[in-house]
Amino acid sequence: MLPSSPTAPAVRRRGNARKPAPRVTVVGVIGELLVTGGVLVLLFLVWQLWLNDAVLRAEQDSKAAQLSESWEAGVPEVAEESADPVVPVLLAEPDDAEVFGILRVPRFGADYAAQLAGGVSTSRTLNPLGLGHYPGTQMPGELGNFAVAGHRNSHGKPLNAIGELHVGDAIIVEVPEGWYTYRFRTLEYVEPSGVGVLNPVPQVDAVEASDSIITLTSCNPAFSTAERIIAYGALESWTPRAAGPPASLTETMEG
Amino acid sequence: MYGALWRALPGPVWVRLLLLIALIAVALYVLGTVVFPWVQSFIETQEVTVEE
Repeated sequence: MLPSSPTAPAVRRRGNARKPAPRVTVVGVIGELLVTGGVLVLLFLVWQLWLNDAVLRAEQDSKAAQLSESWEAGVPEVAEESADPVVPVLLAEPDDAEVFGILRVPRFGADYAAQLAGGVSTSRTLNPLGLGHYPGTQMPGELGNFAVAGHRNSHGKPLNAIGELHVGDAIIVEVPEGWYTYRFRTLEYVEPSGVGVLNPVPQVDAVEASDSIITLTSCNPAFSTAERIIAYGALESWTPRAAGPPASLTETMEG
Repeated sequence: MYGALWRALPGPVWVRLLLLIALIAVALYVLGTVVFPWVQSFIETQEVTVEE
């Protein structure tokens, strides 16, 4: 910032050979502090919404890719028992902040990959890792509801494009043993307290589930805490690791 | 305040400019790595979960 300030004495304008040092006034300092505060707030927003977001996205992408490769390399251990192409493998519920899977959604980009971890704590799971599994909800492939939360803006925004899903879009959960392919069905918008979406049969109490579904929750509208956007998908198929990646992973998107 | 800082920097104008840029760079680095993450832990700008 340049030395001239509105509170500098008017004398300065006349004598340009030797400028007397402008006095530091209380009002001047307060003004500069206020301007500095404003600049800091703007910098924080830039940092949070773009810089930190991009850094975390890259970090989560590379971690997910590494994880996927390591699972690919470890095929033989699990291939025997899980080779059944019909009955999906059921995972035990993960510990808090334990990464257990990768979400892949061709609609979000051909190389989109977001880590899935246990718990929905912002500080332990959603901010640093990516997507979080609601404790107490079912695991992928199980009858009932595999419910997952994720950021729509900032922190790598894994669910940024949740509102752009089309009916029938593949939502794939990759785990060491293979891939669960879900098909997107519908969106719903609820109040922040709308925990009914986490029920084994969403929005219905005390009913035994007969389907396996996936539920994604994020904020709505974007950048807001007013509502939640919910995306539902139904389990279509299970592909064991030994059978190779399912065709749903490489679907081309039109429209 | 900033005027005083400018006058406190030594050397001719270009040296002061370089020093100023270096100071700003250091300030931005500290903000991005320490201050902003710390501030963020206090303000929850987004809520993505449903809860009672």
